[in-house]
Amino acid sequence: MSKVYDMIIVGGGPGGYTAALYAARAGMSVVVLEKLAAGGQMVETPQIDNYPGYIDGVDGYTLGQQMCKHAEKYGAQTRYTEVTKLSLQPEMKAAETPEGVYYGKTLVVATGANPKHLGVPGEQELLGRGVHYCASCDGMFYRGKTVVVVGGGNTAAADALLLSRVAEKVILVHRRDTLRAARVYHKPLMQAQNVEFYWNSQVQEIRSGEIVVQNVHSGQKNTIPCDGVFVGIGRQPASELVKGMLELDEGNYIVGDETTATNIPGVFAVGDVRAKALRQIVTAVSDGAVAVHYAEEYLATLTE
Amino acid sequence: MAVLHITKDTFEAEVLNSDKPVLLDFWASWCGPCRMIGPILDEIADEREDIKVCKVNVDEEPELASQYQVVSIPTLLVIENGKIVNQSLGAKPKAQILAML
Repeated sequence: MSKVYDMIIVGGGPGGYTAALYAARAGMSVVVLEKLAAGGQMVETPQIDNYPGYIDGVDGYTLGQQMCKHAEKYGAQTRYTEVTKLSLQPEMKAAETPEGVYYGKTLVVATGANPKHLGVPGEQELLGRGVHYCASCDGMFYRGKTVVVVGGGNTAAADALLLSRVAEKVILVHRRDTLRAARVYHKPLMQAQNVEFYWNSQVQEIRSGEIVVQNVHSGQKNTIPCDGVFVGIGRQPASELVKGMLELDEGNYIVGDETTATNIPGVFAVGDVRAKALRQIVTAVSDGAVAVHYAEEYLATLTE
Repeated sequence: MAVLHITKDTFEAEVLNSDKPVLLDFWASWCGPCRMIGPILDEIADEREDIKVCKVNVDEEPELASQYQVVSIPTLLVIENGKIVNQSLGAKPKAQILAML
């Protein structure tokens, strides 16, 4: 029989590695299965200014590496491999990877979320050649050019601000008439000389060198010339692996209450993949710690 | 063989005229996803004698980046006999990078 871990963690973002840290410190055997590298969505953020303790901010890649090393210092292991299938039975959890099957008494789903796509013509075709989802990665290529940012939440607002310092002109297209983003973004965006707003507007099509938007009230269509489009309309949970096994809400987020417990005993959901009110690094790390607390309770029931 | 850092002066000799297929990575130090695949590319360079792994820093070599129309990083190209035979955008797991070769 293969080794049975006390805990398998799928995904190496802040939720996953905090669960790994707490589990390892609680004396549990724990392995993190990460397909690429530590950090998750954090790596796309060059400057994180709301993680307590880092007064001058920290870049997401570094924070991810630190969380990984921190957990590994206490004995957590990392395997860089992609989980292709999960089997979640109350008595045994199994994660299949190209390198073999990992077995665990408990399993934490920490798979995070990915950028949501607009689903309009041209988006797929121009991916990486005019259509982008990461302003901090690709914004520098639009120095002195005109870019459109789509969305009105924190991602879009942060992208628009970053791009306003690089591009000649930034045009923010939002389907509502106000920003949903946090207050901290409003003033600098409104004051930026080179940011224009297209309110109440939805993207209809992306073409090479231009974007077609439609006013949601009047129905009038406008073609906006631009060199690139940055889509920041939110995230979708990476919950495909557990579809049909764990209860999901209408947005495909895993249903788990503040205990992070799911509908299968010994299976927990942490971070952005869980249905919750606020998706932040601090709430992901909180989930990780909470999951281990209830995993320990669950493990205790197995030995009774 | 270790990863080779390419400039516009060495590009022709090391990449275009290479006798082995070249896995070419366009990257920058401020790009998180680029840093994610850095260690993977180091591993591939160590493990595979039959290919050459090269990196172009887009900040230091903007001419090369614009010559290959790179507007998204990391961009990975596979170049054989001076021609692009495969390319991919964004950070990818090791298995997917190896599958490009």
